[in-house]
Amino acid sequence: MFGWLDHRTGYKKLLHEVLFENIPGGSRWRYVWGSTLTFGLVIQFITGIFLWMAYSPSSQTAWESVYYIQEEMAGGWLLRGLHHWTAQVMTVLLILHLMQVVIDGAYKAPREVNFWFGMILLQLILALSLTGYLLPWDQKGYWATKVATSILAIVPFVGEDLQKLVIGGPDYGHHTLTRFFALHAGVLPGLTVALIVGHIYLFRRHGITPKEPVKKPDAAFWPDQVFKDAVACMAVLATVLFFVIRHHGAELAGPADPSEPFSAARPDWYFLSLFQFLKYFPGTTEIWGAIIIPGLVMTVVMLMPFLGKWQLGHRFNLGLLYSILAGSGLLTYLALKEDNKNPMYLAAVKEAEQNAARVKVLAKAPAGIPLTGAAALLRDDPLTQGPKLFSKNCASCHRFGGHDGTGVEVKDAQTAADLQGFGSRAWLAGLLNPDKVDSIHYFGGTKFKAGKMAKFVKNTVREFTPEQKGQLVKVIKAVSAEAQLLSQKELDTNDAADIDEGRKLATGETMRCTECHAFRKADDTAIAPDLTGWASRAWLTDLIHNPKHERFYGKRNDRMPAFGEDQVLDAKQIGLIADWLRGDWYEPTKAK
Amino acid sequence: MQQHPDPKDPARRNFFAEGASVVIGGVISLVPVVAGARVLLDPLRRKSKAGAATRVTSLDALPPDGVPRKFPVIATRIDAWNKSTAPIGAVYLRRSPEGVVTALNVVCPHAGCFVDYVAEKSSYLCPCHNSTFKPDGAVSDAKSPSARALDSLEVEVRGGKEIWVKFQNFRAGHAEKIPCT
Repeated sequence: MFGWLDHRTGYKKLLHEVLFENIPGGSRWRYVWGSTLTFGLVIQFITGIFLWMAYSPSSQTAWESVYYIQEEMAGGWLLRGLHHWTAQVMTVLLILHLMQVVIDGAYKAPREVNFWFGMILLQLILALSLTGYLLPWDQKGYWATKVATSILAIVPFVGEDLQKLVIGGPDYGHHTLTRFFALHAGVLPGLTVALIVGHIYLFRRHGITPKEPVKKPDAAFWPDQVFKDAVACMAVLATVLFFVIRHHGAELAGPADPSEPFSAARPDWYFLSLFQFLKYFPGTTEIWGAIIIPGLVMTVVMLMPFLGKWQLGHRFNLGLLYSILAGSGLLTYLALKEDNKNPMYLAAVKEAEQNAARVKVLAKAPAGIPLTGAAALLRDDPLTQGPKLFSKNCASCHRFGGHDGTGVEVKDAQTAADLQGFGSRAWLAGLLNPDKVDSIHYFGGTKFKAGKMAKFVKNTVREFTPEQKGQLVKVIKAVSAEAQLLSQKELDTNDAADIDEGRKLATGETMRCTECHAFRKADDTAIAPDLTGWASRAWLTDLIHNPKHERFYGKRNDRMPAFGEDQVLDAKQIGLIADWLRGDWYEPTKAK
Repeated sequence: MQQHPDPKDPARRNFFAEGASVVIGGVISLVPVVAGARVLLDPLRRKSKAGAATRVTSLDALPPDGVPRKFPVIATRIDAWNKSTAPIGAVYLRRSPEGVVTALNVVCPHAGCFVDYVAEKSSYLCPCHNSTFKPDGAVSDAKSPSARALDSLEVEVRGGKEIWVKFQNFRAGHAEKIPCT
């Protein structure tokens, strides 16, 4: 049977040639790098093809399909993690392989062509990493790749056309993904395979370059070198698995959103040195840092085999290699150090992590991901958008727990109420507390500091008897119940009797609420904000829409803009602010 | 070309290195394959969520003349990561002069093509392999490739006004009606 097959194919001779390649001086650990890279590439091909079966390249489905692989499919995180981390580890292996080749002089004649093959392969693998970084279409890949493709545009004469060709149009979109995917899964792997075949053929043609002096007798590739290679590949896989398990797959940032700038955008770590290098080229000299200098360095590296012929050539080459590595290392270190000291970058990373976690919660919600894509989930989420809108539109006067809603201190003086917990019993109790009503948390910054309400609280409420204070608590419960806050749902149900009593008391002679406010019935004579549905969603959106409305402050309004009336904010944005202030957003525990 | 001395088979065979190489090589190559195969097999874990009653149309849209009319079935559809309201299939509805409403799945039980109703012939015709069915769904010709009648579906008239259908697909090519799950 095997004889028959051998007669037709000659596989035994081939196998013999593969396995019994002579290794001058016998097997050595330093020869394993090429094999580990081949192994890495095999992992990438296998995992890549399986990922391909679940990946969908378009701007409404790329992130979503990657999310589905990572979070929903059985073992998807493991598959994606293997692909991601093998790519990372391969970059390190590329450097080690290159170092071994240069240190051992394996680039010298007659192996020039093979050295060039290797250098092209190195760039192909880096191109695979670059194209792969975009495919999840998350904020990180999107913005980082935008930077990379913007650099293309500075190429003289053809730059802009080149950029359009690469991204498939004037802007990022469906065709950016289809093109990057075709490059990543078709063109680049095809070229890589062709070059690897050539690389291994040439390597076999010239044989291994032994590390001089050769101390041991020659040996065949099989079994000792194969064993060393296998152990090295196993160590590579173990390293990859370590990272895969530690990160439960690979990171997936929030879905790409062109309307959400992402200050945390950085290229992957192996491009950080180039990223940092660009910072040193001011104005129009960018082309030097992005193209000319890296291009020159690469040219000199390509010429290493010829340089190596000079007496001092090998030493020069070694020096050059070490300088490039040290330089890249230094630039990478500087990039990381600068980022770690940059509070804006750190805040952006934190926000990115929050968004990534939040969008996964929303994607898992019963409503699922809409056809318009997952970016809409974050755009329509009060928890995500509320703080940002508050910080931009409200925090110049108001505060939220002392800050601007996003956790940042505000420089301007506070001139309006702190709205954290607005609508809750605690918030209202503070307003009706004689010691707090004219504090900066309530009316302190406004003209109402000396208004009727403040006077009533400071004079009348202060003199309340214990019995009246008990009645006030019920009124607070009743008015706060108008807000229908999710967080108070249970309290409101349990205290139904108190709330009923409070409603009656609010209109009574002691509490005197309805002397100025309307409460649960129309009142033309009311001069203060309507307490009917106070702090409910409808009340709050109407107030933000126009506080000058008779139902609220009317002519007495103190500086608050009519955000809706004046078209500063649209109804959706106002709704997001109101929902966020009222603590009304999707939480998995609230769902059935 | 640099000539190497023809390497001889090693004099001393290293069984440990040979065995370990084969075992390690096998195991580490299996890891990406197994990881991929798990994801590849993921669809086997997923069950069809069809079978819930869906409002298809109103009774007024269906004259009591016994002539089948086609209606799309629009329902909440889960397509991998997306959840949306989308067509999940179509049905032929008939209302007899007595007022009885019946529903047939438009899909041919033979090989899954979309069956047309040809009014002139008062019969359903499958455009793929020429199966024909009577208006009530029964196979009309013994030579029809279809092994069973068009699949009837449960119908409910709610409130005397709305037609609700329990939409389901069944496996093609079998003589029995086996629901797809």
